[in-house]
Amino acid sequence: MLLLIYFGKTFGMSSNLRTMCSVLGAGKASEFFHFDWKAQRWNLAVVLGAMLGGWLAVTYLSDGSGVNLNPKTIIELHQMNIDEPRGKLLPDALTSGEALQSPKILAILLLGGVLVGFGTRYAGGCTSGHAITGLSNLQLPSLIAVIGFFIGGLIMSWLLLPLIF
Amino acid sequence: MKFIKFLLVGLVFGIVLTKSEAVSWYRIYEMFHFQSFHMYGIIGMAVVTGVVGLQFFKRRKVKDIAGQPIVIADKEKLFTSYMVGGIIFGLGWGLVGTCPGPIYILIGAGFWGIAIVLLGALLGTFIYGLVKAKLPH
Repeated sequence: MLLLIYFGKTFGMSSNLRTMCSVLGAGKASEFFHFDWKAQRWNLAVVLGAMLGGWLAVTYLSDGSGVNLNPKTIIELHQMNIDEPRGKLLPDALTSGEALQSPKILAILLLGGVLVGFGTRYAGGCTSGHAITGLSNLQLPSLIAVIGFFIGGLIMSWLLLPLIF
Repeated sequence: MKFIKFLLVGLVFGIVLTKSEAVSWYRIYEMFHFQSFHMYGIIGMAVVTGVVGLQFFKRRKVKDIAGQPIVIADKEKLFTSYMVGGIIFGLGWGLVGTCPGPIYILIGAGFWGIAIVLLGALLGTFIYGLVKAKLPH
C-alpha cells in the first residue's frame, strides 16, 4: 500500500471490478461506468501480479502444512459438514470439482460474489481500501464501513451459515 | 514498462496474502468466530504499518516517484452508504470468505470455482451502477 502511494496511486482492489465492468461495455447501461478506465490500467496490472503471486505461492512456496485451525473451529465446521483444512486453503465443500457440480454451491458462490461486488461499491471500498488504507489514514468513514463489514460478517457466520450448510 | 512496478506490487501482495493464509475461507470463518488472533494480527499489523508510514509521508512532505506531493483523498463524509454497503459486503465476505483482492489471488492459485465469485462480484458491481441513483448514501 505504501509503495502504491509512493507511486502516486491509492491501494484498493475493488475498484477493479468497476473498471472491468466498463471494459466489458457497461457504460452503455449506466453513467456510473462512464469513466476513463484506461487511467485505471495500472490497477489491472496489480491484479495480474496478484494472480501470479497466488500461483507462485501455492506452486513453489508452499510446504503443504496448510491452515492450522483452532480445534473448536474444526468441530463447528464438522457440524455443518464442512471438511477440515488438511493442508488446503479452501474447503472442498465450496471449491472441489464435485462441489462445483452442485447447483446449490454454484448459487452460494455467485450470491457471495454479488454481495461482495454490490456492497463494496456501495460502501466505496473493501478490506484493502477501507480497513487498511482508510484506517491507516485515520478516516472515520472507513471505521464505519469496517464496523459494517463486521456486522454483516458476524450475521452471516453465526446465524446464516449454519442454516445454509 | 511503466506497468512492471504495479505488476510487482501485485505479485508481492499475492504471495503475502497467500502465505499469511488471509485468502483462506477458514481464516475468515475463524476471524468472525473470534477463535484465533491470526487475521486480527495481519490486519492490525497492516494498519499500524500504514499509520506510521502515512504519518511519515505527511510530516516529511515526501514526494511521490514523479515528484508530485502525496495527497490521499479523504473519504466522503457519509454514513448510510458506508454502514449499509459495509453490512452487505460483510454478508458476502462471511459467506464465500473472499474480499476482492483474494478473488484474483485464488483464481491465479488455481481455484477455478472462485471465478464464479468474480462473475458474481462483477454482476453486483454492475447492479450497483444501475441502481446507484435510487439508493440513499
